[in-house]
Amino acid sequence: MIQPRSSILRTLPRSLPSSSSSALRIRSRSLATVSDPPVRHYGGLKDQDRIFTNLYLKHDHGLKGAQSRGDWHKTKEILLKGDSWIIQTIKDSGLRGRGGAGFPSGLKWSFMNKPGWEKDPRPRYLVVNADEGEPGTCKDREIMRGDPHKLVEGCLVAGRAMNATAAYIYIRGEFYQEASHVQQAIDEAYKAGLIGENACGSGYKFDVYLHRGAGAYICGEETALIESIEGKQGKPRLKPPFPADVGLFGCPSTVANVETVAVAPTIARRGGAWFNSFGRERNSGTKVFCISGHVNNPCVVEEEMSIPLQELLEKHCGGVRGGWSNLKGIIPGGCSVPVINQEVSGKVLMDYDSLKDNGTSLGTGAVIVMDNTTDMIAAIARFAKFYKHESCGQCTPCREGTTWMMNMMDRMVEGRAQEREIDMLLELTKQVEGHTICALGDAAAWPIQGLMKNFRPEVEARLAAFHTRHGQVMFGGHLLSEADQRYALPDNLGGDTIRQIASA
Amino acid sequence: MSFARSAIASTRAAVSRSAGRRAFTSSTSRRSESLFVHRDTDYNNPSIPFEFDAENLKRAHEIIARYPPQYKKAAVMPILDLGQRQNKGWTSISVMNAVAKLLEMPKMRVYEVATFYTMYNREPVAPNFLQLCTTTPCQLGGCGSTKILETIESHLGIHAGQSTKDGKFTLIEVECLGACSNAPMMQVGDDYYEDLTPESTIQILDALAKGEKPKPGPQSGRQTSENSAGLTTLTTKPYGPGAHCQPEFQ
Repeated sequence: MIQPRSSILRTLPRSLPSSSSSALRIRSRSLATVSDPPVRHYGGLKDQDRIFTNLYLKHDHGLKGAQSRGDWHKTKEILLKGDSWIIQTIKDSGLRGRGGAGFPSGLKWSFMNKPGWEKDPRPRYLVVNADEGEPGTCKDREIMRGDPHKLVEGCLVAGRAMNATAAYIYIRGEFYQEASHVQQAIDEAYKAGLIGENACGSGYKFDVYLHRGAGAYICGEETALIESIEGKQGKPRLKPPFPADVGLFGCPSTVANVETVAVAPTIARRGGAWFNSFGRERNSGTKVFCISGHVNNPCVVEEEMSIPLQELLEKHCGGVRGGWSNLKGIIPGGCSVPVINQEVSGKVLMDYDSLKDNGTSLGTGAVIVMDNTTDMIAAIARFAKFYKHESCGQCTPCREGTTWMMNMMDRMVEGRAQEREIDMLLELTKQVEGHTICALGDAAAWPIQGLMKNFRPEVEARLAAFHTRHGQVMFGGHLLSEADQRYALPDNLGGDTIRQIASA
Repeated sequence: MSFARSAIASTRAAVSRSAGRRAFTSSTSRRSESLFVHRDTDYNNPSIPFEFDAENLKRAHEIIARYPPQYKKAAVMPILDLGQRQNKGWTSISVMNAVAKLLEMPKMRVYEVATFYTMYNREPVAPNFLQLCTTTPCQLGGCGSTKILETIESHLGIHAGQSTKDGKFTLIEVECLGACSNAPMMQVGDDYYEDLTPESTIQILDALAKGEKPKPGPQSGRQTSENSAGLTTLTTKPYGPGAHCQPEFQ
């Protein structure tokens, strides 16, 4: 029964010790009288719970070393459990895609096993996305160098879950050492009978192939990656049909990130509940974070999901250069996500939901730290140049928009722009965002939106400083002093500003 | 006409009477980094013969076998790479034609691929092909890639996109190479040189000029991308097979 608060107070015995404080406590309590569960603190993962035990190449990356670290242990038993058991385990573990979108992996893999899939005579493929090109991201590289067997075994386990016949690992062309380690792992696994005709003696036939890319960021998009393996330009396809229906070589395919695939065998062996015990609900598991930029000791580290961002930096990277107060902003998930300022950085947890609630995203877990010495506008302008370079040119809004954004951002670095152009630039980003086949257009738009949301005063100050030096600037970066004033200035050059000045 | 103009001009008291024609754009047109059309030159034209050597042909057939037989053209990217390696690091039109012939695909489909991906150099490059990453994480990390770029440019006397006169070095700026925790970094051929400082960059360049191959990887003394002040994780011996697993997998 719920009593009115005053009556609770009235029933308190007068003789209660330190009555004032306890009365206060009762008064601040809400209607529910069950005490809150203790606040759980995330982070502080123990070595025994780390999946990638050779992240720093301290040990042998070959088959022998991998087996001594528990890889390929009873893989046959996992395979014999069958597809639905593996998928259920992955669902129980709460694993979400580690490539950036964060789609639940168990669900994604189950799309391959639609009712009646057995009647489909086509081969089925697992495609592993190792085209790690997002600026800030260098986690898959360490996984493929140190633990290539985890990836190959992961291909087999994930491939079994989706009843795939083969896996293609698409690795970016620049990763030569990484590709040779993975190729070595594949060759060793074939030789030991772990993959191939009779994988691990389970009777399941499974092949793993390596495909090296040739330097195109866009091939990290799943359909562009499929196009690229097929030997074409990496230009994303329209969806639907989704790759699970018509994918690589016209066959059912699923594209998954290296980390997602590589954690699968360990999850199967240690149980979904174990993996699910880390991190907050719906953000479970461990995650490899890669920290770059203005920290004292940048590094790649596997930690628990939902670790506070500040703790991640202070515990593993020696903190921000010059201390936390010297922090200007952080890009928490690779260059495609909006930048957050110091205040927000101090309170976010490194997981999908917390970062989403704060207007950014976990992305690939690539933390780019920027201290007060950073020219934030130049940093974001460099991203705009990156996207201009990497746009595949298929969709007009992205092809033209990225060039345009780059040009405008370059002018803003200098300050050579009119104040109203900030809003024009934002409008431009909105016209690119969501109007392209793939998400590269969106990704190009978000950093600029994040900059203007969090650091707009800085941009405005930059423009104002330029204006005091060079006088009023019109649209397109034209100086008013250089304009040929014998003619009326067209409005699209900021002609109305002149009228403003004249009337002032 | 001139009367009308001067009449308009005279009504504006405060305007400057700068002479000259009115410019519609004030910025100069900027050329793309690389030309996407092929123009025959004496060093790059289809009549220069190119054939895969026996070893590469064997490798090529191994690669082709990875793809379904009806999708032979899927092998175009790895085989273009093979051709580029055989042709001193650049993909001439003859290499592309040889790949098209080997994979029985239209030449234009090979040209499409070779122009799309940035790792196919369609102009000759020097044996020491320096690719410096200048994307934001490298720009920020360590001493910053801008300093490294200045160091290389002043040491070799070239700008990004150029080759040295002695034909030993070609320098280009590239987008993120995916070693951001080890910024700033550059790739020489297939090898990554990470954690660069102006001093270590000059050491690397000098060694390369002498024909030596400096040790790839981080130049700061750390092994890979661990915390350089001492490990914060993975300090214990890795657990063995079956450890911490569910009973049935122990």
